Amino acid sequence: MIEISSVSRSYGAFKALDNASLSITKGEFFSLLGPSGCGKTTLLRMIAGFDTPTSGTISVDGQPMDGIPANRRPTNMVFQSYAIFPHLNVAQNVAYGLKRLRLPSAEEKRRVEEALAQVSLSGLDARGATELSGGQRQRVALARALVMRPKVLLLDEPLSALDKKLREQMQVELRRLQQAVGITFVLVTHDQYEALGMSDRIAVMFGGRIAQVAAPKEIYQRPVNRQVADFLGGMNFVKAEIVEENAASITVDTTGFGRVRTDKPQAFVRNGKAATLGIRPERLRVLWDDATSPHEVSGKVVDRHYFGEITHLIVEVPGLEKPLSVSETNNFGADDIPVGAPIRLAYDPDALVAMAD
Amino acid sequence: MTVAAEGSPPLRAKRAAAGSLLQSEQAQGMALISPTLLYALVLLAVPVLVVIAHSFWTQDYLTIDRTFTLENYRLALTEPIYRDLLMRSLYISLTVSFFTVVLAYPIAYFISFHGGSRKSLWLFLITIPFWTSYLLRVMSWKVILGYGGVLNSGLMGLGIIDEPSTAFLYNTTAVILTLTHAWAAFTILPIFVSLEKVDRTLLEAATDLGDGPVRRFLRITLPLSMPGVIAALLIVMIPTVGDYVTPRLVGGKDGVMIANAIQAQFGKAANWPLGAALSVTTMAIVTAMAGVTVFILRWAARRAR
Repeated sequence: MIEISSVSRSYGAFKALDNASLSITKGEFFSLLGPSGCGKTTLLRMIAGFDTPTSGTISVDGQPMDGIPANRRPTNMVFQSYAIFPHLNVAQNVAYGLKRLRLPSAEEKRRVEEALAQVSLSGLDARGATELSGGQRQRVALARALVMRPKVLLLDEPLSALDKKLREQMQVELRRLQQAVGITFVLVTHDQYEALGMSDRIAVMFGGRIAQVAAPKEIYQRPVNRQVADFLGGMNFVKAEIVEENAASITVDTTGFGRVRTDKPQAFVRNGKAATLGIRPERLRVLWDDATSPHEVSGKVVDRHYFGEITHLIVEVPGLEKPLSVSETNNFGADDIPVGAPIRLAYDPDALVAMAD
Repeated sequence: MTVAAEGSPPLRAKRAAAGSLLQSEQAQGMALISPTLLYALVLLAVPVLVVIAHSFWTQDYLTIDRTFTLENYRLALTEPIYRDLLMRSLYISLTVSFFTVVLAYPIAYFISFHGGSRKSLWLFLITIPFWTSYLLRVMSWKVILGYGGVLNSGLMGLGIIDEPSTAFLYNTTAVILTLTHAWAAFTILPIFVSLEKVDRTLLEAATDLGDGPVRRFLRITLPLSMPGVIAALLIVMIPTVGDYVTPRLVGGKDGVMIANAIQAQFGKAANWPLGAALSVTTMAIVTAMAGVTVFILRWAARRAR
């Protein structure tokens, strides 16, 4: 649906986007994830036509977009600020783009009502744009774009202005909506939970480059490097040395976890012998009493942070440079483990991932 | 939003508890504005009241007869000369405000949308003609439009006319031209300010929804900058109705406006009550005209959607 081939965008000496290539398939919910200034919004704006690549081409639905202005592209956008026209009411906002199509007024009305129903705003047609809540404004922005029946819907951090509860609710609704209408969604976000929870695939970007493109689970469990791993949540990093590398797997030596063989992440590029072994805090489990595991490390609790449903334990393991961070649910009393207590941790070797430094 | 919600109840409670404090705050506020208030009362409200009072009295040679009469208004509204002058003043003022706004809008638009980092420089440059006095600027139009003026000698030099024309100066057009130039900067500023307030993402959104530059301007930029246009129109319309200097200098016999007649009544003709009645009538008509203009523009803006 969208082909981005070797697209770069420079502002003077600054490279906002550096040789990015992506292929987004029809009907996909695709997220561009990265910290601010990573080039994700620049890329989105270039798909929309508000910015032009310095080099490279973007094509939508097989049609190259070079020289096609934003108003003639088969894309529509939901802006971060929603950009609701303040002098128009809800129905007029939604009908804005339809006016140009000169539809019969009954047809236009039907499509506006259909779009408002899709975003659960039926009955608010006559409400003024300035009398809407944040969530409602967002729904109007969505309806206004969807009513155009675009081939691609572009969403620029659409949930960032909403409070946490509403944001979580809208995530579910956006996903449901996307499945219902079957339009390709491209979402820009800096929130990893948003990207993980809604997307079919995610592209993680740093400093104008695309670091990894994969499904949420793959990206979370098999990050290609430390930067990606770190951006997608907590990760314990252990120094490792590569002893063997082949097409499918990597074998590394570590001090705390011994010799480990892991699946090779896609796009793994080694950098000498040094590598990093990573394990997510929730993949380390506390071993209670005399329970044992074929794979365990032992250490001492040095700190404890209580978060309601979970507790973070900071565990010092002899031979490891940095203490391990363990995220344990509070079902079994992890919140009662005293600081200073000895502790044994079990892990699944499959949860270990070798990364390039 | 949550912060405001949490913050408001204690604030309200504090306000209710400290009612006396509020009163003293009010008193402080009154004390603060009292010099300006006094100034406005003495120099604005009182003179207007004096004028209104005079309009109901009669001039009796050197003294004023203070019995109530509507005779002055009858004269002001029925005498053909005053009706003509009033109509001409309204015509001039409407034409001037229309042209000033039409000419100022593109300038304001350019500064706001293409001024870049030099916006304040552009605005500063616009004020340059105002460094000289209003009188001098009006006089310079005499130099341009006059019998031996720049325009005549230019046209003769180009061979378009054989002898100097007297058609340029001392008529209504000369007054309109001079006033349009004189008020330009006053209209650029309010339009500029309202254009600055137009959120640029709204324009992107309009483009995204399929509008080309022209449609986008008509559907978003123009309606959203309407407050500035209305302000600019009123800023020009209201004072130009009563302009006195310009018609006196460049208007000649055909460019006389109502203010010249009012001046005559207070001066040579020595009929203050009639002058006062003419003033009050003009004020009332200007107010009505301003109201109608605002109403029409708002209505048009709504229709444009």
